[in-house]
Parts: sequence; structure tokens; C-alpha cells
Amino acid sequence: MENDGSAIALEAHELTKIYRMGAVEVHALRGVDVEFSEGELIVLLGPSGSGKSTLLNILGGLDTPTGGTVTFRGQLLRMDSERALNLYRRDHVGFVFQFYNLIPSLTARENVSLVTEIARNPMSPDEALSIVGLGDRIDHFPAQLSGGEQQRVAIARAIAKRPDLLLCDEPTGALDSKTGVLVLEAILKINRELGTTTALITHNAVIAEIANRVLYFADGRIVETRQNAVQRAPGELAW
Amino acid sequence: MSSLDRKLLRELWRLKAQVLAIALVIASGTALLIMALTTIEALEETTAAYYERTRFADVFAQAKRVPEHLGRDIAEIPGVRLAETRIVEGAILDMPGFAEPVVAQLLSLPERGPALLNALVIRSGRLIDPTRPDEVVVSEPFAEAHRLKPGDTFEAVLRGRKRTLHVVGTALSPEFVYAIAPGGLMPDDERFGILWMGHDALAAAFDLKASFNSVSLSLLAGTDEKDVIQRLDGLLAPFGGIGAYGRADQTSNWFLESEIAQQKNMSRIMPMIFLAVAAFLTNMVMARLIETERREIGLLKAFGYGNLAIGWHYAKMVLVIGTIGVLIGSLLGTWLGHWNTELYTKFYRFPFLLYRPGPAGFVIAGAISLGAALAGSLATVRRAVRLAPAEAMLPPSPPIYRRSWASRTALAGALDEPSRMILRRIIRWPVRAFLASLGLAMSIAVLIMALQWVDAIDSLAETAFERGQHQDATVAFNELQPVDTVTDFENLPGVLSAEPYRHASARISHGHIVERQGIIGVRDGAVLSPVFDVERGRVEVPPGGVMISRKLAELLNARVGDTVAVELLEGRQARLTLPVAQIFETYLGTPAYMDMAALNRIAGDGRVVSGLHIRVDARSRTNLLERLKDVPNIASVLFRQAAIDTFYKTMGETIFIFIGFFVAFSVTLSVGVTYNSIRIALSERARELATLRVLGFSRWEISYILLGEAGILTWIAVPLGAAIGYGLAWYMTSAFETELYRVPLVLRDATFGKAALIALTATLICAAIRAPAARSPGSDRRAEDKGVACERREAQIGHLGQLTGPARGRHCLCAAAAAYSGRPCRCGGRNVASDDRRGGRDAGARRLHTSRAVAWSVATHHRRARRHRQGGGNLARADRARCARVSRRAHGGGAAGRGRGSSGRA
Repeated sequence: MENDGSAIALEAHELTKIYRMGAVEVHALRGVDVEFSEGELIVLLGPSGSGKSTLLNILGGLDTPTGGTVTFRGQLLRMDSERALNLYRRDHVGFVFQFYNLIPSLTARENVSLVTEIARNPMSPDEALSIVGLGDRIDHFPAQLSGGEQQRVAIARAIAKRPDLLLCDEPTGALDSKTGVLVLEAILKINRELGTTTALITHNAVIAEIANRVLYFADGRIVETRQNAVQRAPGELAW
Repeated sequence: MSSLDRKLLRELWRLKAQVLAIALVIASGTALLIMALTTIEALEETTAAYYERTRFADVFAQAKRVPEHLGRDIAEIPGVRLAETRIVEGAILDMPGFAEPVVAQLLSLPERGPALLNALVIRSGRLIDPTRPDEVVVSEPFAEAHRLKPGDTFEAVLRGRKRTLHVVGTALSPEFVYAIAPGGLMPDDERFGILWMGHDALAAAFDLKASFNSVSLSLLAGTDEKDVIQRLDGLLAPFGGIGAYGRADQTSNWFLESEIAQQKNMSRIMPMIFLAVAAFLTNMVMARLIETERREIGLLKAFGYGNLAIGWHYAKMVLVIGTIGVLIGSLLGTWLGHWNTELYTKFYRFPFLLYRPGPAGFVIAGAISLGAALAGSLATVRRAVRLAPAEAMLPPSPPIYRRSWASRTALAGALDEPSRMILRRIIRWPVRAFLASLGLAMSIAVLIMALQWVDAIDSLAETAFERGQHQDATVAFNELQPVDTVTDFENLPGVLSAEPYRHASARISHGHIVERQGIIGVRDGAVLSPVFDVERGRVEVPPGGVMISRKLAELLNARVGDTVAVELLEGRQARLTLPVAQIFETYLGTPAYMDMAALNRIAGDGRVVSGLHIRVDARSRTNLLERLKDVPNIASVLFRQAAIDTFYKTMGETIFIFIGFFVAFSVTLSVGVTYNSIRIALSERARELATLRVLGFSRWEISYILLGEAGILTWIAVPLGAAIGYGLAWYMTSAFETELYRVPLVLRDATFGKAALIALTATLICAAIRAPAARSPGSDRRAEDKGVACERREAQIGHLGQLTGPARGRHCLCAAAAAYSGRPCRCGGRNVASDDRRGGRDAGARRLHTSRAVAWSVATHHRRARRHRQGGGNLARADRARCARVSRRAHGGGAAGRGRGSSGRA
């Protein structure tokens, strides 16, 4: 997807995050500036503890920064208002987590319904599950699904609300490569077909090939940004 | 139904055992409260309806012999609506097949027309025929005790003359709802009966023609009862009146009202204690249960659910559990209430029972129970929703442990690691440990409070009937007898000794406080039935002044040395002031004593006695009983052993059954708190225990770590529970103090032991139930089969060793392999730093992924591995080869052989 000249969907300025663990202060983010364009697919790459997940949590309104600002479509996010953050998450952001975080007592369809019931303009749970190729597994409980299937339910749950922003934290981290490819294809499909701005955290450098842009993290900072000239399809990847 | 509601229902179903345990705790408190409230309601409603239908009188008075024409004067007292005169006398009955003389109270029925007041409710047969002087209607309980039915006859001694009386009917009267013999403590239907005869027949038998000796009045609404009593006393005084009294002082009604008051007392105290304990336990259990829902709360917040929606979701969970509890409690409470009210009707005889519990009891009980459950749980939900979603979704950070001075002692050195884990956990969360212990302690305390009744009643009976009294029987006369009667009785066959006493009806007042209280005159040097202080033992009556019980002193607000006004209500109605010479403690009634000679002196009756306490030679008992049936002037004979037997029989049918219920409820509390504590501890520590299992700990070692903590907390709970139980027992005994009786605070060592044993047994049973869960991280194994466990196992290991990135993956592989080979993990996560340093970003990521893939193949057990070997697995070729290598390493020779064979086929 060509993004040059697209509108800015999300913008973070001088983000810092300090965790205090007793007397020790851990600087998770040390002044991060970043911009996501509408419809862009960004991969965040870096070793553990480099601040990727912290950034994604703050951008998604799951956590608040110690300093700095986040602007979504020109509107400054009010980090001090829990209600504002809640509405932001509810209306605009879809999350996919490494460990799926499905509710074990709900079926695939019900897990998706959990979100569609409170969203403003959702697609039906069946449609969301069909998009990720799970139209025939809708009444299965998480325990009856494989890891890849569970992750695809999690993606269906994230996209069912038609989010403007899809944030994925190591979505293939717990999967084998073949299943990982299926999951990446689902994410790419949503990015392309729905035009959802997507940010994806991974440890796997190979996966970076599917992105428009790759942000390299180290020690709480973005140390390098790379624009991929060509986006490769997940099916072409091997790791 | 929304997805959240579905989640709620399925979660409740999953936690059904815990839900039931909490619900039963709530049900215990609710049932007790409903039982008490509905019993009170039923007793009050039944009493009111019964009194109204039978025109129960408002004022009663007795005299010696009053001319009939005075009845008109009485009826003309302002405020009197109806006045009815009658004859009330005592008699001794000789019941067929019953050795002891039976005491009866005879009451006259009007010759014509129905009774204006205190109407009888005929239960069988008919009313008497005025033309047949030997016909009697007997009280239904007495008829039942002696299996009397209309047509039966028995002998009676009426004023020294033996008569044969014919039973024509059985009846109940509002005057004898609680029928006790004069001087008795509890109804004894075998030894005390009520008989109704025609007025003329009784007048003839007792030489009371054209006279009466008892009158009942009903008053117009708004009439001052005191004024009427005063005027009535004035009219009756010249005819031997012994002081009129209102409905409140009527014996049967006084007992009934006292019982209702006692029930009200009980409804305030016992269920409240249970509900408070239940609320505390529900609070504690729900708090910890919701604590384990932290990740779900974070997730719901991440989806955009607001705090209110999440709070309501968990409130619904609490409400459902609470409602189940309240429903079970309501059903149980209604059943218990009905049963309890029926039990009352065995001692309080009503012709009908109105048990129609209104909504008030249920609403109060439900609101208190649900409110208590909600209040506790919402605080925890509020804490949970305050967390940022990102933080809530993470497993809680590893708690910070520090080596304290205790860790450096020699004792600490001698501990093994599992014991150290148990102790450190308790020391790390002392408040939580204390609260868990307190929960158990509360259930022990409630048990002690319930079991204390057995000790208290034993002590009460022992003090009142054995230490305080030594006579075998007490004989009361119809009229005062000269003191020489003592010698006559001593000469009766089988009488070893006789000790006289004097009783005088009186009003005692101090300042503006007036109490109607008889005074007992005790002979100097009395030994058979002396004045007995529960602590000091036998006390000599001082020659001057009056000696009053502590309760009476409290009612009169009098102290030793104060002067009280005494108004005798018989004889020449002497009025004088006397000093309070001594105060003594007794468990029963509110007695007052004087020296017998002094009492006779102020009464001006000469040397007379009201009755005798006698000791009987057991060998001549039957002979004596036969003689007593024929002795004139005897109003009643009370046997000490019969009183003890009746006391225990009554207690056995009432209090001891209640104690049984309380013990059952206490055990429910105990099981509820223990089961939930263990179950929640298991949820909280699932990762830690699963990790230990992976590291090679046996199921017993794991159980030891889990249950050891519960064990220690239970041991701490025992002394704590004993102390709280003592406090509760003290509170109960002081709150239950009435004019009728005081429950002594007696707690035997065995009671503490029994309570502790019951609690420990409950803990052991809960531990046994939960042991299978602690046996192995079986749920993890099952989850592995479903393909979700590698990351969980990885998280556990990462959690344990604080490993990160590639080293975490490598360790995951190593530990998983170790788990299935039964060997310890070799890497122990020691390559963390070097891995992170050595590996470049991409290389590290690749290594991590590879190791995860292989770990996956091992961790998904034989089934998945076999599928890989058969070429049907999902792994890439290179990974399949690695998988096979690991498989060979993990399963040793045999498995390796099979692995090679399979690989060959692949």
C-alpha cells in the first residue's frame, strides 16, 4: 500500500514512560516521536524490554505515559480522563495480544459479540469470523481451537468493531510459522480491505517484510526507521 | 442474553462448588434470621387472635372469700367493661397408674351461659352439665399426658374429701397457654393439670356458697389499669385479697411475653452474629475470587467496557450468589420457622397456629445478606477497575520478598524449601493470612458460642437443682399451717427430715420503682433449701432486713444498705420499710428472702409455715406418695428429680435442637471459608504450583505447600477463635439475661476442644476435596492438548526465573523436556544474560522461535509428537527434525527407538 501523502491517523510526541518499582526507576520510553498514517502497516521490531509494548499500550489507551502527548486524527488524547480513554478504546482501537486473551467461557462467536455489543458500528460476529477464515468454527470454545485459530478469533474480535487502529502485540509469538502466516494474512487482509491503520510488534525480523514501514526499538527509543520499498506477502515468508 | 451475561452464567457454573459454599454461608445467616422473625410474627399473631377470640381478661385478682354481691361493686369500677367472679382452688389428684400425687387447679364455670371472660376452647367432648356436680372438663395437655378422654374417671381430694370426677371434655384456655404449677419452672403436664367444674359444685366442695375467691376484669379502651387495680385492691382487701394484677403479670401470659421478648432478643443477636460472620466471609472470599479475575477485568477495559459496566457485571455475580444463598436461606428459614413455632405449641398450648410469614422478614433478611455480600465485593471490584488495562492484563508482578532476621536464624536454616515457601508467603501477606485465619476463627467462635449453651445449661441445672437444693420434694399448703405441722410430716413414713418455709405475696418498692415479688421466709440454719449464691454457695439469712437477688436489685435499682418499702399482700397487709441486708446471685427468677421468724412477725400471723421441704428415704417413697394423696390442705407437691427431668426433657426438645442447628450452621461457615480459601489459593498459585510440578515436585510435595499454609492458618485460628468465641459467649449470656433466668458464662475446656476439632475436621475434609486439584497441574496438561499451554508453561517458567526473550524459550524447551523425562531441568535459565548479550536482534528472535516450535512439539505430548512423526504435523521440515531429536532426548531409549522408526517412515 502506498501511504505517501496520506493523512496522519496517530501521532505521538515526546512520549516517556517511567515505571517505579520500589526505589528503582525503569525508563521504558525515553522520548519517542512517532506518526502513523491512515491505512499504514507498521512493524515495531526490537529486543525484549526495548519499549515496544509500552508504546503500543500507550497509543492504544491501555496505559498512560509519564510525559508527552498522543494525538488521534488531530484530537489530543486526554490521558488524565479514564472515560475519554475508555471511549477511545471502545470506538477506535482493536487489540490483538500475544496470548490471545480470549474469554474461555465464551464461544468464538460470543467472544466477538463481547465487543460488537458495545461498539457503535460493528460488523456481525459471523462476518468478522469469516474474514479470518473461521466461519465454520464459530460455536467452538477456545479450548476446542488450536493456537492459530484462537489468535484468529482474537483478530476477528479486534476488527469486528471496524476499528481505525489495529494494534497487535506479537500476534505470532506463540505460533508455529505456518499458523503464523495464516494469522499475518488475516491481519494484512484487514489492513488492505478495511484500510485499518495497523501496528504490529514482533521479534521476528522476517515478518518486518510485510510492513510499509519498520520501526527499530532499543532502550526505549526508536533507533532506526526503514521504509520497505516492496511489501512481501506473508506466504512468501519463511522462518 | 448479552455475551457478558453468558460469561457470568458459565463462570458461575464453573465455580459451582465455590458458589454453593458461599451461598450456604449466606443461607445460614438468612435462615436463622427468617426463622426468628417469622416465629415472632407467628407467636404474636396467634397470641393476639387467641386472646381476642376467647376474651382473655385484662385484670385478675384473688382473695379468700368474697361475698357474691361485691361482684356488682367491682363491675361498677370506672373503666371496667366486664367483670366475672369465680372460684379457684387447688386439689390433689390420684391418677390411675401414676404413683406421685398430681397437683390440680380447679376453676369454676358459670352455672348459666358461656363464660364472659377467659372462654374455654373445647377440644373434645362437651362442657359440664351444671346439674351434675362431679363432671369436669380437663385441660388438653393434662388429658394427653394421662391419656384421658371423655367418659374416664379419676379420684381427687377436694378439701380433704375424696371424690370421683368424671371427664366430659377436654379444653384449652387463654389463661393456661403456659401451664405451670405454683412454684414450678416448666410445664409438667403429668404432675399438674387444670380442671373446670360447675360453680355450685366447687362452692359446695370448698364451702364458698354465695361467695367467690377470684375475679377477672376486662377494661374499656383507654382505661388506666393501675387505677382499676388500686380500686379493686381496696374492695377486696377486707376479704383476704392478695393484690390484683394486670395481664402483664398473669403467669401464663408473662411466660409467653417473656418468650416472645426472648425470641426478639435472639432475632437481634444470633442471626446478626451469623450474618456478620457470613458477610465477613463472603467479603473475604469474593474479594479473593474477584482478585483472580484481574486479567478479565483488564481485557474488558481494553475492549472499551466502562468501570460501571464491569462493576455491574461483578455485582451481578455477587447478587446471583447472594440470591442463591438468600433463596436457600428463605426456604430453610421458613421451614425452620414453622417447625420452631410448632415446637412452641408443645409448651405454649394454642388451639390454632397462625404461621403466615409476611414479606417483612424475608425482605429484611435478603437486604442484609445481599447488602453484606455486595459491600464486600464491590470494594475489590473498584480496586480492580482502577488499574490501567495494560497493567491489569499482566500477571501480578512477582511479590517482593526480603530476608528478614527470621530467615537468618538456625531454625530457618533447618527448614526445607517448601516449608520456607509456606512461611514466607504468610509473612509476606500477614494481613491476608490474618484475615483468612480470622475467617476460620469466626466459625470456631460461633461454634463455641453455640456449644457454650450446653455447658451453661448443665451448670444452671447443677447449681439450681443440685448444689442449691437438697430436698427431695417440696410440699405447699392451701393455707398457712402452724409450725407444728413440721413434726407431723417428720412422722410420716419415709420422711427423713422436714424444713419449713414461709411465702408471702408482696410488693417491694424502691423510690418510684415497684416490683410485685413474693418474699420467702427461710428458717435459720436451713440446709435443705437454703439461700444459695452461685459463687459463695449457702448463705445465712441475716436476722434483720431483706435479702434480694442481684437481678431484683437491678430492677429496683437498690444496693446493700438501701431501704426498700415492703407491702405484704396477705394477712393484715403490713406495710413497712426494710434495709437491703445482702444481695446474692442466682440464675433463676428474682427471689427475695427474709428470716422466717421475722417475716411471720411482720405479717402478724404467728408461727406459721406455707410449706415444707422434705427429704425422703427412697425405700419408703411409694408408701409416702400414697399417704400424701390423702393428706388434707396440700396444694402442691413438687419433686426435685421430676423438676430436673422436666428441665432436661424440655431443653432436649428445644435448646439442644437449636444447638444442633447452630453447630450445623457453624460447620457450614467453617467449610465455606476453608473450601474457598484453599480453592482460591489454588487459583492464585496455579502458575507457581504448575512450575514446581514441571521441576519434578511430587503431588504430595505440592499438596504440602498448598495445604500447609491452610494448616498453619487453621492452627492460628484455633486460639483466635477461642478468644472471640469467649467474647461472643459473654455477649450472648449478658444479652439473654431476663427476669426468668440468667445463662451463666461457663465454657468447659472440652467445648473449646470440640469446636477446634470440628473446625479442623472441616479443614481436613476441604483439603481432601481439593487435594485432587492440587495433585497436579492437570488442567495445564489438558490445556496443552488443546494447544494453549506452551505459552502458559513459558509464562510460568518466565515468571519463576524472571527469564526474558530467547533464554525464556530455551528454558521452556529444557523444562518441558525435563518434565516428560522425569529429570531435572538442566539449564535452570542460567544463560539468560549471555543469550541476550550474544544474540543479535534477528538471531535472538530466530532462536527464540525455533526453540518455541520445538518446545511446542514436546509439550503437546505424545499424541501431537506422534502425528509429527507420521508426517502429519504442522511443523516445517527442519523443525520436524529438531522435534524428533528433542523427542528422542526426552523419552530415552524406547521412545527414541520408536521416534527413529517413525522418522524413517517420514
